[in-house]
Amino acid sequence: MTLPVSAPPKPFRLPFAGYLICMAGICWREALRFLNQRGRFLSALVRPLVWLFIFAAGFRSVLGVSIIPPYETYVLYEVYVTPGLVAMIQLFNGLQSSLSMVYDREVGAMRILLVSPYPRWFLLVSKLTAGICVSLLQVYAFLVVAWFWEVELPPIGYIAVIPALILSGFMLGSMGLLMSSLFRQMENFASVMNFVIFPMFFASSALYPLWRVQESSLVLWWICTLNPFTYAVELIRFALYGQFDPLAATVVAGCAIVFLGASIVAYDPSAGVMSRRGGPEAAK
Amino acid sequence: MPAADLAANFEPAVPALSVANVTHAFGERKALDDVSLTVPPGSFTALLGPNGAGKTTLFSLITRLYDNRSGAIQVLGFDVRRQPAAALSHLGVVFQARTLDLELSVIQNLLYHATLHGLGFNAGRRRAYEVLEQAGLADRAKDKVRNLSGGQMRRVEIARALMHRPRLLLLDEPTVGLDIGSRAALVAQVRALVADGIGVLWATHIIEEIVPGDHVIVLHRGRIRADDTYAGLIADTGAHDLSAAFLNLVDEHAGDQA
Repeated sequence: MTLPVSAPPKPFRLPFAGYLICMAGICWREALRFLNQRGRFLSALVRPLVWLFIFAAGFRSVLGVSIIPPYETYVLYEVYVTPGLVAMIQLFNGLQSSLSMVYDREVGAMRILLVSPYPRWFLLVSKLTAGICVSLLQVYAFLVVAWFWEVELPPIGYIAVIPALILSGFMLGSMGLLMSSLFRQMENFASVMNFVIFPMFFASSALYPLWRVQESSLVLWWICTLNPFTYAVELIRFALYGQFDPLAATVVAGCAIVFLGASIVAYDPSAGVMSRRGGPEAAK
Repeated sequence: MPAADLAANFEPAVPALSVANVTHAFGERKALDDVSLTVPPGSFTALLGPNGAGKTTLFSLITRLYDNRSGAIQVLGFDVRRQPAAALSHLGVVFQARTLDLELSVIQNLLYHATLHGLGFNAGRRRAYEVLEQAGLADRAKDKVRNLSGGQMRRVEIARALMHRPRLLLLDEPTVGLDIGSRAALVAQVRALVADGIGVLWATHIIEEIVPGDHVIVLHRGRIRADDTYAGLIADTGAHDLSAAFLNLVDEHAGDQA
């Protein structure tokens, strides 16, 4: 069979407004799903609060935190741990939205996303943006409760943290996206949550300052220093006090670009895992 | 709506879908072997094949879940690999698996789809009520999808696929798991679209869904076994009805690739 010669090679361009509509629609769906799942919101809020109310209160007397930037005075352990818990919210949220990608793929909702005429990289970035919007809601809900728990930050911090949250949200979200492309089923993914979230969280500066880690174990200190999550925590920590940490920002932005690039390749129709995994099963 | 504007400019000669010499393998196994077929605009083409014939793989390639490595696939003259945006915006699809968001309402599902095709909320809402009206489900717009019956969900999925006014509609075994009544309603809903000039490719393994006048393509073990009109197929195989003709074709080649 030959192709029809009359096939018109007309130029076809998607209107710019369409991109915005598409991204807005993806965020809107994510928000609707989030509001429909009260349990998800509650657990996203309760998880860091448990750490704040119980863990931090218990360790308050054990762990003294000396004056290190950005702090200008001795701070209570609750205050020290708050930025780490904010980053934890984002870590969970980033992996949860990619978990929903895996789920979407299992139930087929992903296919509806991918038959959109907009470029695939754009759809993935939109999906990430949607996840970040949801994580902002969660972070602010947490900060409000923390404020009543007398973790009061300078007013500028509540605004300055927004760009930091967006950047770290991009890094953690695209890390989740990359992972979602590598795992086919939820069961796999659940174990990855355990092997990724907890090591990343504990081997970072979220719970204890790195100089203290260095005192006890040099190896662990190295691990913490190489852990990108540490830089997300520090970026957020400095931003909460209206300060900018260039090293943290660079590392977080760099990791975000690498993770995002890799997941765009992974989801690419010609190069990606989709075609290699292939088969009728993946296609449903 | 760019899809409709552009479509109006096309000569009728451009097929809604044309697949030329597509071969696709997963490892050693060839899921599709030199497949060529055409779906003219305003036609109902049935893609008939037993389970595992390669229908779903073909649909994955047309919808660009992954790329075809050989041959060419064009939707309304647009190559899916070279001009995916143009091809996908003329394409509506109903997948074999259910793809509605059960927790959201019917209208929310449709609006989400509208935005994915660059249709804003207001225009999307108007269009959603139009397609729901056609599907006879306008009164269920605000209901959660979870509360619909299986047949109604399928009809919503077809309505959703029509949101962006595609010129080609693909359906991958849409009637699986439906009772006879719902099946008939669904087939009628889709057949009505042909009059609007939409090219329909209806994958199925249920022979009763095909009527005289349809174009029938038989796919078996990744190869096209027949590509003919309903009557032509029966005449060629010397069978007394389509069912026998189909079994004839599928059996005759059974040993080919085992």
